[in-house]
Amino acid sequence: MQWETVIGLEVHVQLATKSKIFSGSSTAFGAEANTQASAVDLALPGTLPVPNENAFRYAIMFGLAIDADINKRSFFERKNYFYPDLPKGYQTTQLEQPIVGPGKVDIELADGSTKTVRIHHAHLEEDAGKSLHEDYHGMSGIDLNRAGTPLIEIVSEPDMRTAEEAVAFAKKLHAIVTSLGICDGEMAQGSMRFDVNISIRPEGEEKLGTRTETKNLNSFRFMERAIKLEVERQIDVLEDGGSITQETRLYDGDKDVSRAMRSKEEANDYRYFPCPDLLPVEFDEHYIQSLRDAMPELPDARKARFVADFGLSEYDAGILSTDADVAHYFEAVAGASGDAKLSANWIMGEVSGRLNSEDLSMKQCPVASEALATLIQRIKDNTVSSAGAKKVFEVLWSQSSQDVDTIIDQQGLKQVSDTGALEAMVDEVLAGMPDQIAQYQAADEKKRKKLMGGFMGPLMKASKGQGNPKLFNEILQRKLNN
Amino acid sequence: MFEFTIKELAQGLADKSFSSQEITQAYLDRIEALNPRYNAYITVNAEQAIEAAKQADNRIAKGDASMWTGIPFAHKDIFCTQGLLTTCGSKMLHNFVPPYDATVVANFKREGAVCLGKTNLDEFAMGSSNEHSFYGRVINPWSKDEELVPGGSSGGSAAAIAARLAPAATGTDTGGSIRQPAAFCNLTGLKPTYGRVSRYGMIAYASSLDQGGPMTRNAEDAALMLQVMAGHDPKDSTSMRQDVPDYSADLNKSLEGLTLGLPKEYFNDQLSQEMANTLTAAVKVFEQLGAKVKEVSLPNADLSIPAYYVIAPAEASANLSRFDGVRYGYRCEEPADLMDLYERSRSEGFGTEVKRRILIGTYALSAGYYDAYYRKAQQVRRLVKNDFVAAFEEVDAILAPTTPSPAFGFGAKGDDPVQMYLEDIFTISANLAGIPGMSIPAGKVNGLPVGLQLLGNYFDEARLLNLAHQFQTATDWHLASPDNQ
Amino acid sequence: MSIGPEDIKKIAHLARLQVSAEEAEKLGGDIANILNLVDQLQAANTEGVEPMANPLDAVQVLRSDTVTEQNQREAYQAIAPATEDGLYLVPKVIE
Repeated sequence: MQWETVIGLEVHVQLATKSKIFSGSSTAFGAEANTQASAVDLALPGTLPVPNENAFRYAIMFGLAIDADINKRSFFERKNYFYPDLPKGYQTTQLEQPIVGPGKVDIELADGSTKTVRIHHAHLEEDAGKSLHEDYHGMSGIDLNRAGTPLIEIVSEPDMRTAEEAVAFAKKLHAIVTSLGICDGEMAQGSMRFDVNISIRPEGEEKLGTRTETKNLNSFRFMERAIKLEVERQIDVLEDGGSITQETRLYDGDKDVSRAMRSKEEANDYRYFPCPDLLPVEFDEHYIQSLRDAMPELPDARKARFVADFGLSEYDAGILSTDADVAHYFEAVAGASGDAKLSANWIMGEVSGRLNSEDLSMKQCPVASEALATLIQRIKDNTVSSAGAKKVFEVLWSQSSQDVDTIIDQQGLKQVSDTGALEAMVDEVLAGMPDQIAQYQAADEKKRKKLMGGFMGPLMKASKGQGNPKLFNEILQRKLNN
Repeated sequence: MFEFTIKELAQGLADKSFSSQEITQAYLDRIEALNPRYNAYITVNAEQAIEAAKQADNRIAKGDASMWTGIPFAHKDIFCTQGLLTTCGSKMLHNFVPPYDATVVANFKREGAVCLGKTNLDEFAMGSSNEHSFYGRVINPWSKDEELVPGGSSGGSAAAIAARLAPAATGTDTGGSIRQPAAFCNLTGLKPTYGRVSRYGMIAYASSLDQGGPMTRNAEDAALMLQVMAGHDPKDSTSMRQDVPDYSADLNKSLEGLTLGLPKEYFNDQLSQEMANTLTAAVKVFEQLGAKVKEVSLPNADLSIPAYYVIAPAEASANLSRFDGVRYGYRCEEPADLMDLYERSRSEGFGTEVKRRILIGTYALSAGYYDAYYRKAQQVRRLVKNDFVAAFEEVDAILAPTTPSPAFGFGAKGDDPVQMYLEDIFTISANLAGIPGMSIPAGKVNGLPVGLQLLGNYFDEARLLNLAHQFQTATDWHLASPDNQ
Repeated sequence: MSIGPEDIKKIAHLARLQVSAEEAEKLGGDIANILNLVDQLQAANTEGVEPMANPLDAVQVLRSDTVTEQNQREAYQAIAPATEDGLYLVPKVIE
């Protein structure tokens, strides 16, 4: 039988506020356990929440970016359940009137076509803490630094049909929230986490199959693998005559396996009700318009601009505009170097290659945009050859010095472009190669091109690799063709 | 000295008739002698109180004092006090020493007032009799042959003032918990408008109903105390940015030209003839003071109790989830697993009434019942509010009984919680509507004090205080004490 | 409204409370009585009435996004039942 996969995503995006959603604790990542957990975050008795205006500002910006209805009046509910990483015994979240209503996100598919994924809504809520499962005398440790970090949970309609579409959608959301500057996009730190709802149905069937939810995926690669694995599992179950159980699953990226979660087997009854410690939040059109007017550039618009202003191909512009950090880096390099095309090639080539192989994000790129721009200028003004430039790049990557000219000097990579000096070298080399000259001059045009390489090798050697190959070539042509 | 009001104590401190250390020590001695009899205090703050009194005396000597500097008083043990045990009447918090002050507590500290200790209450403020405290029941100082309840949940504060173990105390009121014990103990108690007094650091029972307020011997003192408690607090989202008037300014204003309302629905079979007579007598006093009295209608009054017993337990069921044995408070011995930690810590840490209300609330919010109970109750709540809004278009304040009867004996309400819940029939609607309510001594029934309730429009506390003070200039019910009847 | 011991057990579990069979019996009776009281609500005509969550129908004032809290872990963990390495300890969490 042919099966169709149906995928919907719930995406948790940590908002890049300085303080938490309901308290004045810092949200900075990586602090020592529980040093950023205040009385409010710890749910000490009598403490009360006061919401952070930037959490709302960022949520509304996201809503505007996906062309969504913004609810001018929204409120918070309590979602009740007990878990050690949830200090109050309820999560403060939004159910009935979330801040962001229905919207849409366009994704580009491999064949170049565009697909629209509908967004059901996006709501504000607080993140939970973390349970650390290292063994403390048979106990787990609880760190509540993350508790109360503002999140928007973006809930899509089940509009995706393949793992690739789901990944494209996830990447697009990443591009949008980082472009807006409302999330740092650091997936490895959990800044964006994906819950994937997956079901399958026979091709042509309207009715949705029973779905499972695979929780807490925090890389695109794991997400793609987890979806493929789950689809295969569901097909196996159904084709063996079994049925799918609605359940929550966990995917282990290191082992590439998934399993049903044990702790949430019982049917949940979250007993939502409006949080009486908080009042409804209202925004007027004037405020929303002021955010609309100040919206940063979104990925789609940026791509169009890269094509128009920098003369990039659609493909290159697409790659360089998706990630806000990459886009900003590109613009900085292209602007300072004055050569957009060469900048694009370097960023898509050397820079992303190295970032990928070392599993780093653009923010962590050790090569400053100014340094790369200078390097590109040195290529253009013939100070350094392409091969030499790659050596400079290696140094920029691995050492703290970002002074391109000093590196070129120190590494002896400066090209000799003094035609007098080069001509002398050519004369000297040619003087020792009479046979080759005779052979060259007897050859036809096509063969001559091939034989040219035989002179370039000794010339580069004679110049200790510093001779400008383009100029060498010109001088050779002139001397040999006479 | 123990008959001095706050105002008189402030005067004595100002003209150096006595020092704060002297009156503080006197109160501490009296507490030591008499608290075992009444059990009004859970924690006596002797050392810190003396230290605070010393500092207050220094401030007074330096001329750096406010009216409250050096005045001893007590806090209901529901307000978090930094470094001082705060139990909320529960085993759950038997070891909880807060690392922070409630805003109300901080306000009094700033003024230099001296906290004598923390007063007993029904566990988590759930009760109308003070029978539900882990730290034992509080005895009403007005008890004669039979031991009587002081009312609840602020029964410890009420008993402390009535027994002259404190000149004043803070209370909290979710369904009548300031006004009912004030009535039972012959005190003046004021539940302010919801949002008038910060709830930060006040351990929550039902967040949308809870409100802290003063419990004192008379209206003048209530005005002085509310002055310190009231005001916007950026740490409490539900606290209102409304200017705080001078609550003492209008105490002596004439009542000429005011119209007071008597809700016809309150004269029902819940109210005994003797209680009704007290009310009628009070009406005469107000008329003599120049006010007009007319009948008003609060048609949804009888729905207040059912609405309250959905909303309050529902909110409580979530508010009390944080007591899980993980970060503070009671934790069961050797939990077998996580579920065991939760279930045993909570079952062993909470008393019966608290568990009962958590279960009611959990049931009312659970799948399939939300609309029928919680949503419906919130709609009825608006009807109750609308009744008051309509009434206040016709009258300046409303007169009502505070309780259906005077203080009753322990166990008098039997085993059925509903009988106890009905005790709050006249007070609960003010919490649902969020309006201010006040109880003042208004007579005796069967030789026991009973209260008159004054209900006002939103943020109209000054008017209630004016009415109460005028009533107290014309009557002397409020001057009676258990020793001087 | 009738509510049996099984219902009580279910609610008690949601609320993480342990009730013995005996308690369930007694609580079931109490709660049935309370629900009878509460069921008076059903008589009220609330058609078109907006539920009231806050007595003043007030609107939330938002806080500016600034860090105002300092690390007070030591004070907060001094009152905790079990901690180690700055973590709160609980019986093993199984996901």
